[in-house]
Amino acid sequence: MKKASFIAVATAATFMATAATAATLDDVKAKGFIQCGVTTGLAGFAAPNNDGKWEGFDVDFCRAMSAAVFGDPEKVKYTPTTAKERFTALQSGEIDVLARNTTWTFSRDVNLGFEFVGVNYYDGQGFMVKKSLGVKSALELDGARVCVQSGTTTELNLADYFTANGMKYDSVVFDTADEVREAYLKDTCDVYTTDQSGLYAQRSVIADPEAHIVLPEVISKEPLGPLVRHGDNQWGDIARWTLNAMIEAEELNVSSANVDDLKANTKNPGIQRMLGTSGDLGQQLGLTNEWAYNIIKNVGNYGESFARNLGEGTALNIARGLNAQWNKGGILYAPPLR
Amino acid sequence: MTTDVQGSTSSDSMLRDPKVRAIFYQILVIVLFILFVAYVGHNTAVNLEKRGIASGFNFLSQPAGFGIGIVLLMDYDSQTSTHLDVLIIGIINTLAVSVSGIFLATIIGFIFGVLRLSKNWIVNKIAAVYIEVIRNIPLLVQLMFWYFAVLSVLPLVKDSIHIGDNFLINNRGVSFPAIIPSSGFWLITVALLVAIVLCFVISKWAHKRQDLTGQTFPVFWASVGLIIFLPVIASLIMGNPFEINYPEYGRFSITGGWSLEPEFLALLLGLAIYTGAFIAEIVRSGINAVSHGQTEAAHSLGLSPGKTTRLVVLPQALRVIVPPLTSQYLNLVKNSSLATAIGYADITAIFAGTSLNQTGQAIECIMITMLFYLSISLLISMFMNWYNKRIALVER
Repeated sequence: MKKASFIAVATAATFMATAATAATLDDVKAKGFIQCGVTTGLAGFAAPNNDGKWEGFDVDFCRAMSAAVFGDPEKVKYTPTTAKERFTALQSGEIDVLARNTTWTFSRDVNLGFEFVGVNYYDGQGFMVKKSLGVKSALELDGARVCVQSGTTTELNLADYFTANGMKYDSVVFDTADEVREAYLKDTCDVYTTDQSGLYAQRSVIADPEAHIVLPEVISKEPLGPLVRHGDNQWGDIARWTLNAMIEAEELNVSSANVDDLKANTKNPGIQRMLGTSGDLGQQLGLTNEWAYNIIKNVGNYGESFARNLGEGTALNIARGLNAQWNKGGILYAPPLR
Repeated sequence: MTTDVQGSTSSDSMLRDPKVRAIFYQILVIVLFILFVAYVGHNTAVNLEKRGIASGFNFLSQPAGFGIGIVLLMDYDSQTSTHLDVLIIGIINTLAVSVSGIFLATIIGFIFGVLRLSKNWIVNKIAAVYIEVIRNIPLLVQLMFWYFAVLSVLPLVKDSIHIGDNFLINNRGVSFPAIIPSSGFWLITVALLVAIVLCFVISKWAHKRQDLTGQTFPVFWASVGLIIFLPVIASLIMGNPFEINYPEYGRFSITGGWSLEPEFLALLLGLAIYTGAFIAEIVRSGINAVSHGQTEAAHSLGLSPGKTTRLVVLPQALRVIVPPLTSQYLNLVKNSSLATAIGYADITAIFAGTSLNQTGQAIECIMITMLFYLSISLLISMFMNWYNKRIALVER
C-alpha cells in the first residue's frame, strides 16, 4: 500500500504538469463527492459501525465539509490511511482533505507542503500499562518495552521523554493502531503509548478495560487537526471555516435541534450572519449562503459531535477538558464569523 | 554518367545496408530513452517544487529523533544519530535476518529435499506435507502466525522456560549468557582465524596426498578439532580474557545476557521455513536429475552409501540445483521486507517507513531502499554465478 501511494506521488508529480494548482473545489464539485482521508479504524474518531458506515469525530468533519459544499453530508468517500501513508495520500491528490487525528507540527506544515486548517482536538501523549504491573508513574518505566505506531510524532516524543529522564526503552513499531493494540494485549510489550485520546479509544474496545490504566503523565502537546494541500487557498478556507463554524455554533448555542427555529426567528446578528439570513459569507467562500446552516442541521455543532463520539456516556468517556469552549474553561476559540 | 550511377547506388546501399540501419535504430532508441528519462526527471523536480515539497539528500544528516528497537554492531542515540545512521542500522538488520535466513533455509531445504526421496513411507509423507502446506500459504500470513500465534503464547517473562540455568525462553524472545571480551581477547580471535586458514591448508594437502597415494585423511574431524581447540588453548594462555554476563530478571523484562527478540525470531523462522520448502523441491528435482546408473556404478566400485551421495550424486545434482537456488535466495532477501508487518526494524520499516514519514522525502527514501535491494540481489547473483561456474561440468 505504501509503495502504491509512493507511485501515486511519483506519477502525479511526473505527469500532472498543470493539475497541481487546479481548484480543488471545482474538482470536488465535478466528481460529486469529497475524498476524505481517515484512520484505518480508531473507535470514536473514525471507524466503520456495524452496518459498515464510517462514524466518528473525524468522520463528522468530513461530513460537515460535504454538507457545506453539497448541502448533503453523505457525499463523502473515505480512504482509510495508516499513519505512514496519510501524507503521501494527501500530497499525491489521492484525497482532498485529511481528517485523521494528525498533530500540527512545524515540519508538516512547512516542509511537507500542507496547510493545517485549525485544531479540532487538543491532545497530549500518554502511556497505558496493565494494572498488574503496579506502575503508577511514567517515570517508573525504565527498561520497558514500548509498543508504538510508526510514522507518528509519538515516536519522537517517546525518544525525547526517555532521554530527558535518563531512562532506557525498547521500541516495537507497527503500521496500524490495531497491530499495536494486539501486540500490547499479547504482552509483547509492557507499555502502549499514543495520544491520550487514542489510548482511551483503544481501551474502550479491549475486552477488559478495567485491567488497564492510563498513566497521569502527559508528555507532549498534540494539537490534532484536519489538513489540506498547500497552495489552494480557497479549499483551505472552506475547510478552516467549516471547523470554525462548528465551534462558533456551539458557543452561540446553535445546535441541530434549534437551528431551524433560530434561522426563522433569531434577532442575534451573529447567528443571522452564520446561518446566511444576512450577509454573504457563504458566497465569499464560493459556496451557498446556507453552508453553515447545512453543517449544523446535518452534522451538528462541535459540542454535539464531541458528545456523540467521544464524550461522557460513550465508550470512550472523555471529559471536555482543554477542548471546552474558551468561556467554559477550555481553549476552543473560533475567530468571529463576520 | 557512370559516376552518377555509382553515386546513386552507393547512397542506395547506405540506406539498405543492414549494418548502418541497425546502428541508426540503436541510436534512435537511445536518444528516445534519454529524452524520456530527462522529461520524467525534469517534470518530477518541477512539480515537487511547485507543491512546496523539499527534495535532496540533506535530510540524511539531520538527527533522526526516534528510537529503534533492534540495534546491532553500532551505537544509536535518538537525539544525536542521523537518518544516515538509521539507514545503516536498517541495512545491518536486513542483512542479519537475510544471512541467517539463507543459512537456515538451505539446511532445512536440503534435509527435507532428501527426506522427500526417502523410501520410508512416513518420513516421505511428512516431508511432502511440510512442503505442500508451507508452499501454499502466503508468507505474510505465516509471519503473522509465528509472531501473533506462536511466539506470543509463550510464557510471560516471570514464568520463563529455563533450559539449563541461564537459557531462558519467554514471549519476549530467547535470552542466553553474553560473552563480554576484555583485554587479551584478541588472541582468541587470532587463534580462530589461524584455525580457519589451517583447515584450508589441510584440505588442500589431503587432496594432494590422496591423488598421490590414494590414502584418505579425516579432513572434517581435523577441522572441527582445530576450530575448537586452538581458541580454547588461546583462552587458557591469556587466562580466560572475557566475562560472562548472565541474563537476569529485571523490572519488566530479562536484563543482561544476549537475547533474540521475538520480532527477529518470527521473521527468521517464517522466512527460513517458507523458503526451505521451495529449496526442498529444488533439491529433490536436482537429485532426481542424476541418473540412477551413477549410484549403481558408485556402489559397484564399493563406495559406501554416504560417500555415494556426497561424492557422486550431490556434485552432479548441484549443477541442477544452484541456478534455481539463487532465485530462492534472492526471494528470501526481498521477502525480508515484510518485516514491517511484525515490527522488526529492517530497512523498509525504519528507513523507508519511519524516516520517510518524519522527513517527507518519499522519492529519495524509496530510491535509496530500492538501490539497496538491487545491489544486494546483484551481489548474491554474482556470487552464485561464480559458484555455479566452479561446480559446472568441465568438458574436456
